[in-house]
Amino acid sequence: MRLAYWPGCVSRGFTPELHGSVEKVAPLLDLELVELDRANCCGAGVIAEHNQELVDTLNARTFAMAQKVEGAAGMMNICSTCQGAQSECQERLDASGAYRAEVNEHLEPEGLSYRQGGGWWNKNFLWILVEEIGLDTLRERVQRPLEGLRIAPFYGCYIVRPSKRLGFAEHPERDNYLGMVIEALGAEEVEYAGARKCCGFPVITMNRTTSLRQAGRHLADAIDAGADCLVTPCPLCHLNLDLQQPAATKFVERDLGIPVLHLPQMVGLALGVPPKELGMGKHVVSTKDVQRKVAALAAA
Amino acid sequence: MPDYQLKIRRFDPEAGEPAYWADFSAELPPERSVLDAILQVKDREDASIGIRCSCRAAICGSCGVRINGRSALACNTRIGDAAERGRDGVITIEPMGNMPVLKDLITDMEAVHWKKVRRVVPWLLPAEDPPEGQEYIVPAEAMLDVTQSMACIHCGVCVSACLSLEVDPDFIGPAALAKAYRFVGDPRDGEQEARLKDLAEDPHGIYDCTHCFACIEVCPKDVAPMNQIMRLRRRATNDFAIKDSNNGYGHEKAFLNIIERWGTLHEAQLLPRSFGDGSLVKGQLRPSGARQLTESLPTIVSGLASGKVSPRKALIHPKLPDQKQVRRIVEEIESKDERLELNLYIVGEMAGEDEQPAMAEGGQES
Repeated sequence: MRLAYWPGCVSRGFTPELHGSVEKVAPLLDLELVELDRANCCGAGVIAEHNQELVDTLNARTFAMAQKVEGAAGMMNICSTCQGAQSECQERLDASGAYRAEVNEHLEPEGLSYRQGGGWWNKNFLWILVEEIGLDTLRERVQRPLEGLRIAPFYGCYIVRPSKRLGFAEHPERDNYLGMVIEALGAEEVEYAGARKCCGFPVITMNRTTSLRQAGRHLADAIDAGADCLVTPCPLCHLNLDLQQPAATKFVERDLGIPVLHLPQMVGLALGVPPKELGMGKHVVSTKDVQRKVAALAAA
Repeated sequence: MPDYQLKIRRFDPEAGEPAYWADFSAELPPERSVLDAILQVKDREDASIGIRCSCRAAICGSCGVRINGRSALACNTRIGDAAERGRDGVITIEPMGNMPVLKDLITDMEAVHWKKVRRVVPWLLPAEDPPEGQEYIVPAEAMLDVTQSMACIHCGVCVSACLSLEVDPDFIGPAALAKAYRFVGDPRDGEQEARLKDLAEDPHGIYDCTHCFACIEVCPKDVAPMNQIMRLRRRATNDFAIKDSNNGYGHEKAFLNIIERWGTLHEAQLLPRSFGDGSLVKGQLRPSGARQLTESLPTIVSGLASGKVSPRKALIHPKLPDQKQVRRIVEEIESKDERLELNLYIVGEMAGEDEQPAMAEGGQES
């Protein structure tokens, strides 16, 4: 499957292991990715807060570039926040022709135009795994079932709410996909309170206490539920849950220390990609225990 | 007729016992409500179950509860849908979250919700006296922007679901902040700037919302409280340039400046610029900026140590190949006299090809 691919900012910034692991995993799932290397930031909710027309225009620009990729089935993103921020813009752009025309006027000098309809879509890698590739195909491709690994899903707000905007009417199980993928890869899904809650990242510069209490609480809940690690499709959640984890311990007054995997890293481990190639060493909280468990599986 | 299994959270403050789960069953068609089921159980099995309710039609806003963990009005949730979402078909019903429980499913709305609503001064503070012998008159279009926040029925369901309140009980919260926008957006109000300054400077005000969409998801009236909070932020930063000590203004300006300059996010500069009202130099030189940067130092160090961040990446960020196009778009839109906003609540979801976007929300100054 050929896809226009929007990697986002953070996957090429502070979480380079995410972008890298997608590049390793995509060919193993027959995904041909055409990277949108001229596209701009999705605004991550911040530009939407500043000026709606601006954020809609910036994302219409990205969509228009994706629609120009020949033979592409749609556009793939690898960040819950990109998914939510872009879906919000797409909802408005699709709702009104007059509004779309206003927005497209700003794109005209670049020879770009966002066209509504025709079944064009923008999906996170998680949705692509379940809806386009399919769990049966995924199971067939598994080289190293992650048996015995207990994984706690962490979705990120932007990919599960608001459900009305995010296509839940057509795909009602979208807030269970991580669990379904975890099980398809042979691992065990850990249930805990925080799976669909907020990591706190959006207010890390504005209210550090609220932000890190949120991150710390969910990490603690996952540890108490017996998880070996978390997995997330959102690099911003990853920043608060992994990069900020040592700082979060102070706000929940207990030890933490649980690794947080990016979704494509988890998939890559099961598809037999060596952990090093998935950037498993580039985490603040060591992933060594997870790597050790996976290595033991491979030997078995 | 289907038989539904209910698990109801019970608590009697006079019993001196902790809360517990009690199992019941109700027989009714799937299109009837969870409230109907609770009332049937009260009628047939246990009259002592405490639930607050009145209209049964999502108008009075009395019967807020949590159904299978999700905050909702019991009268506005079909029992058949609830059973589908419940584990093994069992429907759990608990009192709302983020507020004290008085008895069973009845929470203390006064202790949290009404207290917070009063905090935002929920009445009009007119700029001037009404014209002699008349009421204040405003054109209908001028009120469109606040109709969404006016639809609130004060059920507290968003307060129950709020993920910021869960960790910060002092957060003013979604319902009260949506109410605040009802007056900030009212053209007759004379204290818009003072209201915004107050809510921006409060550490538990508009910049304590983590943007989790939980309130939007659960609101039975589509008030979208989080969107109203974003409107408050937009007015505070763009229309009144309120430079708050929570870095709300700084974060927004920093983000925008970075996108205008590079096209994608230069993360290493977001933090220092946020602490300096958007300016990199100010963020490092002013005492509060330097203090906050020092606080973040251990995180920066562990980022470097893990190999996530290289000194080179922290200093140099590539511009997009067509960055001048991004800059042009930002300049074109920022220089407009009015912000263009398409509020789907007002124009409808399928606005149609000819629908004109609503020019709402007052002016655009910078």
